[in-house]
Amino acid sequence: MTARVVIVGNGMAGARLAGELHAREGDRKVTVLGAEPHRAYNRILLSTLLAGRVDEPDIELTEAAGHGIDLRTGVPVAAIDRAAREVRTDDGERISYDHLVLATGARAVLPPLPGLDPANLPERVVPFRTLDDCRRILAAAAGARSALVLGGGLLGLEAARGLAIRGLTTTVVHPRGHLMERQLDPAAGAVLAGTLADLGVTIQLAVPATGVAADATGVRLDLADGRTLHADLLLLSCGVRPDTALAQAAGLTVRRGVVVDDQLRTDDRSISAIGDCAEHDGVLTGLVAPAWAQARVLADVLTGSDPLARYRPRPVVTRLKAAGIDLASMGDAVGGGPGEELTFTDPTRGTYARLRIRDERLVGAILLGDNPAVGTVIQLFDRGHPVPTDRRALLLGRALGTAGAAPAASPALMPDAATVCQCNTVSKGALVRSWRSGARTVDAVVAATRAGTGCGGCRDAVGGIVDWLSQAEAVEVTR
Amino acid sequence: MTDGARSATRSGRTPREVATHCPYCALQCGMVLREDDAGVSVHPRQFPTNRGGLCQKGWTAAELLDHPERLTTPLVRDPATGTLRPASWDAALDRVVTGIRAIQNDAGPDAVAVFGGGGLTNEKAYALGKFARIGLRTRHIDYNGRFCMSSAAAAGMRAFGIDRGLPFPLADLGRADTLLLVGANPAETMPPLVRWLTEQRANGGQLIVVDPRVTATARQADLHLQPLPGTDLAVANALLHIALTEGWVDREYVAERTAGFEAVRRSVAAWWPARAEQISGVPVADLEATARALGTGGRVIILTARGAEQHAKGVDTVSAYVNLALALGLPGRAGSGYGCLTGQGNGQGGREHGQKADQLPGYRRIDDPAAREHVAGVWGVPADELPGPGVPAYQLLDSLGTPDGPRALLVFGSNPVVSAPRAGRIERRLRDLDLLVVADLMLSETAALADVVLPTAQWAEEDGTMTNLEGRVLRRRALRPPPPGVRTDLAIIADLAARLAPDAAAATDAAARFPADPATVFAELRRASAGGAADYAGISWARIDAADGVYWPCPTEEGSDTPRLFTDRFATPDGRARFHPVDHRPAAEEVCAAYPLHFTTGRVLAQYQSGTQTRRVAALRRAAAEAFVELHPDLAGRLGIDDGDPVRVTSRRGEFSAPARLSAGIRPDTVFAPFHYAGAGRANSVTNDAVDPISGMPEFKICAVRVEKA
Repeated sequence: MTARVVIVGNGMAGARLAGELHAREGDRKVTVLGAEPHRAYNRILLSTLLAGRVDEPDIELTEAAGHGIDLRTGVPVAAIDRAAREVRTDDGERISYDHLVLATGARAVLPPLPGLDPANLPERVVPFRTLDDCRRILAAAAGARSALVLGGGLLGLEAARGLAIRGLTTTVVHPRGHLMERQLDPAAGAVLAGTLADLGVTIQLAVPATGVAADATGVRLDLADGRTLHADLLLLSCGVRPDTALAQAAGLTVRRGVVVDDQLRTDDRSISAIGDCAEHDGVLTGLVAPAWAQARVLADVLTGSDPLARYRPRPVVTRLKAAGIDLASMGDAVGGGPGEELTFTDPTRGTYARLRIRDERLVGAILLGDNPAVGTVIQLFDRGHPVPTDRRALLLGRALGTAGAAPAASPALMPDAATVCQCNTVSKGALVRSWRSGARTVDAVVAATRAGTGCGGCRDAVGGIVDWLSQAEAVEVTR
Repeated sequence: MTDGARSATRSGRTPREVATHCPYCALQCGMVLREDDAGVSVHPRQFPTNRGGLCQKGWTAAELLDHPERLTTPLVRDPATGTLRPASWDAALDRVVTGIRAIQNDAGPDAVAVFGGGGLTNEKAYALGKFARIGLRTRHIDYNGRFCMSSAAAAGMRAFGIDRGLPFPLADLGRADTLLLVGANPAETMPPLVRWLTEQRANGGQLIVVDPRVTATARQADLHLQPLPGTDLAVANALLHIALTEGWVDREYVAERTAGFEAVRRSVAAWWPARAEQISGVPVADLEATARALGTGGRVIILTARGAEQHAKGVDTVSAYVNLALALGLPGRAGSGYGCLTGQGNGQGGREHGQKADQLPGYRRIDDPAAREHVAGVWGVPADELPGPGVPAYQLLDSLGTPDGPRALLVFGSNPVVSAPRAGRIERRLRDLDLLVVADLMLSETAALADVVLPTAQWAEEDGTMTNLEGRVLRRRALRPPPPGVRTDLAIIADLAARLAPDAAAATDAAARFPADPATVFAELRRASAGGAADYAGISWARIDAADGVYWPCPTEEGSDTPRLFTDRFATPDGRARFHPVDHRPAAEEVCAAYPLHFTTGRVLAQYQSGTQTRRVAALRRAAAEAFVELHPDLAGRLGIDDGDPVRVTSRRGEFSAPARLSAGIRPDTVFAPFHYAGAGRANSVTNDAVDPISGMPEFKICAVRVEKA
């Protein structure tokens, strides 16, 4: 099969593809070119790094290296020469490929604000996308007491939470009416804002920023309503844009991302694209799970282990999990339309649930706060399985249906056939019979029936029955 | 305290009494057997594992001694009628020996195979391995322990350099601040062990249970994680991921006592909790609570059992929990650690002394030249005469009667027709043999297929040693001799070895090599195990009698035994434990439109293993008479099944039928059945025979099925 594979990008998608290729049989040379100088790292953990919970080595990912994999970091690619089937690095080196994979990812979007020159960002104003960004934020955060986060999407909130854990007074500024408006409805957004407030993160909603000014001592953010906010640090989290520059320059079809088919091929059959830079069926993914699914499919195709493999997007689950915050959003949770709708709100405890069901299947859900059924809901949604007949199970989870039968309040109410001792299959009736046969103490009843001699868990119940029999003796025994 | 047998007459007025242990599971509860005019009765005894407790299986164990179905004469299949008929021992053993000779002359020594069991005493396991290697000269021996804890054994070996189920005394469980049970249901499988769990919780400890069902054990837990079967590995990796991000990894311990953490750290960086949540269905919040309890507790114990281990990725799954334990600095720390709950009575000892395809006594590798030299020396044969490694149990069973496989099989203490995965296929393989010999107490389903059935002694009729789940070597003591017509396994092995000898001189030689007396065999086992990982050299029966058992390794009679392993070093060349990066992978068979449900198997309290014994005890039969199919009411409703309806469970490999038992305690995407039953209710008719690449463990615990009203 393919002899020389070149992967441009050593991020979550590119590194994963290298690993997938590494795990498969076959003789091939794989070259991975990472623009960043670091080992492959887990971007999802950057907010944890920001929070100071882990160190840089802890976010490194397993790298496929050796055994036919040539991993080169700190090597940006300048151009693709499709005719020669070569890529050219910034240093001018030319590397031939039989198959080229673009895994160039996405770049942080910098908002077009007066005072913000993308080519020359002030030291205290940092986007939040890469490990280097993270380092710059941490450098700026050292000695800082306050931070502003522009953008109340998933990443912005994770970063804000991380900075708050570091002890910074943190404010999130979001132009929309509620947080994470792509994943949440206004009610959920409000509950989330309340949760964040309890965690020391202030939220400013429905107010666009109009300008930035920064100097050595601090940052000023001007808002459309005339207010200005001051802080030691401004973190920008205003979305990302697929990095399609190489593809565009090479003449590949690019819409928002590099357009690929079900086998992740661009319109050049020798070039594929996966991950954040790719656009499949009009959709940009932006999440790890689909990027890894694409890596698996592409590895199957390139190595011939499954030449007919096709990438089939799965419904996306968005999960925000930071200390003190537990949020899951999936499918079409916000929209209306036919079907059932279940909601549960407990704003005081920060709990909100909204489930949308059509034809016995979940079509969308938002779960925020303590929702014990969240794992069940995610699996039912992901697999398209039918929902429980009693919908409350989805809202209340393990609280419903799984508790053991409560013991009868009084032994008198317990049916004779009820098993008191599971280990020795001793029923209440058998205990009563042993009493009637002359056993008058717990020990005697135990000796006669073996109840309580296994795990010992029913000793209290046996004692209760003996007490009851003692008190009811006149009635029970003379009968 | 009575520890030895009191002398008494077989019958008459003086009751005969002996202190021994239960014949069933690896807890090996201490019990006293008493025989008087009324027969043999069981009495619980204070012993450090069961502390006076017994479950219904133990209480009723003596019922089999004089059971009407007990075999008391050999049976030989009549070629004319095809039925089994009583025969003399001479006739039966002649048939066996003639058959073996003919097959080996025709197809070589490897054409005869031996299949042992985890219920055999150490002496019998040892003798069986020796008999296979130098009596039959076959490389083909393995045992049903392969279906038990082989995955934990392999993971333990590669991490710690040694495999002892619990590397610490059971009593440690009672003092643990946090106890995590993964795929273990001791409330059904070894009820007296639950006394330790009760004590643990009374001491303020937290019990966390990982199980796809709300089992009797899970009901007692402070926190129950209910993952999809086959996703325990993802759960473990996420727990370690959380421990890393929360700073609970014991960096000092990792630096001083382990090797290989970097690779594991990088691999679990990719297992953020939400990823494991989607795969397992365990909420992130519960993963975090579990990680916190493990990461911040003082004394912390992690135990795995069959639920986590009986998978085609069983070794990796156990390794994931071992990684977690090592990262938290548990193994070797007082009161903490990782362990496996061994299942069968002598599952531990049975794997140490040569029943395993690749091992020699003392837990030595058969492909290790030094080990071969040592054991061959004890056996009095040149090392190059010892065969090489055979193949694991399922591979062995699946090759029987095929052109390249063995044509004869000798089975001791096992019932693979019920207990093997994809049992219908194994049953056909057994039928394809030229010669099947089964030694058992009852006419098990496997014995019923045999050409020759040899009736063997029961636990109360033999002396020997058993090694329990703690690695504690115990004495099994005879209350009375076997009934007339019944012989011990050791006597059968001795007789076969002598009869297989080519001439009288060789027969005398063989008789000396294969003594029928268990004390003599144990003395030899001690020498054979000396210097091995499981070193019994310093363990004498007298020493066991003097204490409540002796923990291996115990190299010298004067020196101490080893209740706790790893306090100073691990059994690796450099003394460091090894991390192994492991990744979750899907089950060998995933659900699809035709087989849309996950199927998993397990046990019930009143039955033991394949049920050869317990299905014949009246009280146990009353308590758990037949198989059942446990399913969630939601699923049952969609399938139009009511509680008690007969249902059929079908996989790509076969089907079985049993009444439905509706339970809200099982996931709606999963159905469960106990595997103890034979015939139409045989759950193993549908299980998957995909095996773990390292341990050879079949994937009993998950396959794809469809369920319909029968």
